[in-house]
Amino acid sequence: MAENAACCACSESLSEEETARQLEEILEEYRDKPGGLIPALQIAQSRFGYLSETVLKKISAAFNKPYSEVAGVVSFYSFFSTVPRGKYLVRACLGTACYVRGGKAVLSALKKELGIDVGQTTEDRLFSLDVGRCFGACGLAPVIMVNDDVHQRVKPSKVGELLKAYAAGEKGDAQ
Amino acid sequence: MAYKNYILVCAGTACESNKGKALYEALQKEIAAAGVEAEAQLVKTGCFGFCEQGPIVKILPDESFYVKVGPKDAHEIIAEHIVKGRKVERLLYKEDKPESDPRSSDISFYRKQLRIVLRNCAVINPEIIDEYIARDGYAALEKALFEMTPDEVVKEVTDSGLRGRGGAGFPTGRKWQFTKNTPADQKYIVCNADEGDPGAYMDRSVLEGDPHSVLEAMTIAGYTVGANCGFIYIRAEYPLAIERLNTAMAQARDYGLLGDKILGTDFSFDIEIRLGAGAFVCGEETALLASIEGNRGMPVPRPPFPAVKGLWGKPTVINNVETYANIPVILLKGSKWFSSIGTETSKGTKVFALTGKINNSGLIEVPMGTTLRDIIYDIGGGIAGGKEFKAAQTGGPSGGCITAAFLDTPIDYESLQSIGSMMGSGGMIVMDEDDCMIDVTKFYLEFTVDESCGKCAPCRIGGRTCYNILDRISKGQGVPEDLQKLKDIGHAMRKASLCGLGQTAPNPFMSTMKYFEEEYRAHIEDKKCPAGKCKQMLTYTIDPEKCVGCTACARRCPVSCISGEVKKLHVIDQSKCIKCGQCYAACKFDAVKKV
Repeated sequence: MAENAACCACSESLSEEETARQLEEILEEYRDKPGGLIPALQIAQSRFGYLSETVLKKISAAFNKPYSEVAGVVSFYSFFSTVPRGKYLVRACLGTACYVRGGKAVLSALKKELGIDVGQTTEDRLFSLDVGRCFGACGLAPVIMVNDDVHQRVKPSKVGELLKAYAAGEKGDAQ
Repeated sequence: MAYKNYILVCAGTACESNKGKALYEALQKEIAAAGVEAEAQLVKTGCFGFCEQGPIVKILPDESFYVKVGPKDAHEIIAEHIVKGRKVERLLYKEDKPESDPRSSDISFYRKQLRIVLRNCAVINPEIIDEYIARDGYAALEKALFEMTPDEVVKEVTDSGLRGRGGAGFPTGRKWQFTKNTPADQKYIVCNADEGDPGAYMDRSVLEGDPHSVLEAMTIAGYTVGANCGFIYIRAEYPLAIERLNTAMAQARDYGLLGDKILGTDFSFDIEIRLGAGAFVCGEETALLASIEGNRGMPVPRPPFPAVKGLWGKPTVINNVETYANIPVILLKGSKWFSSIGTETSKGTKVFALTGKINNSGLIEVPMGTTLRDIIYDIGGGIAGGKEFKAAQTGGPSGGCITAAFLDTPIDYESLQSIGSMMGSGGMIVMDEDDCMIDVTKFYLEFTVDESCGKCAPCRIGGRTCYNILDRISKGQGVPEDLQKLKDIGHAMRKASLCGLGQTAPNPFMSTMKYFEEEYRAHIEDKKCPAGKCKQMLTYTIDPEKCVGCTACARRCPVSCISGEVKKLHVIDQSKCIKCGQCYAACKFDAVKKV
């Protein structure tokens, strides 16, 4: 599985036919695999950005499972989203190490800067905000992740700058 | 091919996200520019553990340990150290003591460590299988396949005394024995890499720095119990570890060390990666298996244990990353050697992620039985900012606190349990006098309440009720009966919850109530937070002796409740104050006090 479920790389919206075609491809690969439902959902989300009702219905048909069961799996796991998400998923870590080193202040700064609450997406569909449970980069607390990039020792005052770099279409981590 | 110098550059997540990649490229460029390709080899390695000081560059053979190295420093390192043989003094790690020696093996952070699990981290390039093989990699698999029967492998692992490193500490050999002895047409090997405890990243570092050790161990387990299929269930939050695992698996298949007819024998075994989807409870083994099967990750009561009836109802060995990483060494060096390390009941070493208010935060590996004092003061370099040690939290949301009174307790499974904490997966978060135990406990309970799957009532309702009580206490609305209530509900949760998550969720408050009862009483009876964390109980005042009338606080106050003229004493109107703390942060003269 080369694609990463955490990332929502959907920059442009796909046409209906194209979505259907790509979905068929994914289902072809996973429908007969034991326990293939979750990987199929993960790849579909990374491809389309979120899991729409249409997509979920097709997946449930392909796996021969009731829609309610598939929806139950989707709602159980926090990574799945049934609403469109931003191009960049910003996650502020609130694990213990980040918490005791000021992770909450970073989250407040992110909320203020983006003008959205946790779980929401900016109007321009550029950023979604979420909290993380520990990215395992505790030595660098407090940490935030933007898609797959880890940013360390984030200062609340520097959050705006960091987001601007992404908005400008650059990778933003100054490397 | 021998090089005069080896330049090891850390490529763990911590250093890579801190311009480590750019540093590596800069060093590469400088080596080419100086024309020393034949003399110096650049090696991208796994985590050095000393994340606080990253990015780290270590040069062999003289063990020069350069810290906080940036891409800009690449030129000087190559031009001075490699070309002229002169160390770059300003980048060398220096300790706060006069006889400081720059050799890395002499640094206090490393001196008391014993690296078995992390033996290859920061030594080899995790993306090149030959480097792993050069360090006796896959020799244990060869030994198992050609020189040992499955029963002999089980005996070796059992005799070594290795216990599960995921938290509960079940003897690994016995687990393997159960699965081996259960007849079935299909068996599975599962690696639990769903490292969910906040403040723990041991497994991440092993997978990033030495992925082959886990693959090798899983293959050995497959041979031992008669399984041909393995799964690694890993968190999607660990993209680098996933990438390195994929690389490692592809290389192992190329070399005939994974896949059909391993090493030319009749034994076949392959591994598949499954990504977690953001549910903490999936770290619990039965929930994890449900998730691999494609269902909601909800635990089921045990027995039957997965060793007998696991994935798709088949016997399944499920161990954690760190447990597997011990296996190849045990087979090669023998159970006698392994069991000579550690304490009576806990053998070998344990990796801890040392974080929080500590000077040297990072990843450490120590023999079982090392005291907390050694870990915090010798390896960890003491408390940051010279503050007073208050407690160390181990075991994540399922664990408890170790207080100053227990600094000299040798750490092993039993001793931690007897003082109300647990080994857990290895997160160790150090707290100082500024941390409020009620605030921290509330944080953990919020976590377990949020992550409870909701299947059983003791966890779902009990957790929420306890959280509400703690929330009240932290807001100055606690009543004396609250303590007894917490204890009663806690006991019920421990007894009646379905899985480990609910059974251990009360541990943080049970442990802090025991050791920090005074602090609870201060919150409940005096409506005071001694650490000054619980904002609603604080009162901000301005010290007339220190206020110079700079107006900084008044300008920052979002509700304009600070009055006063320029160069005159300012006063806070307590009836309007929302206790946001902005004035406290704004004052440069230490005149704003919180009590």
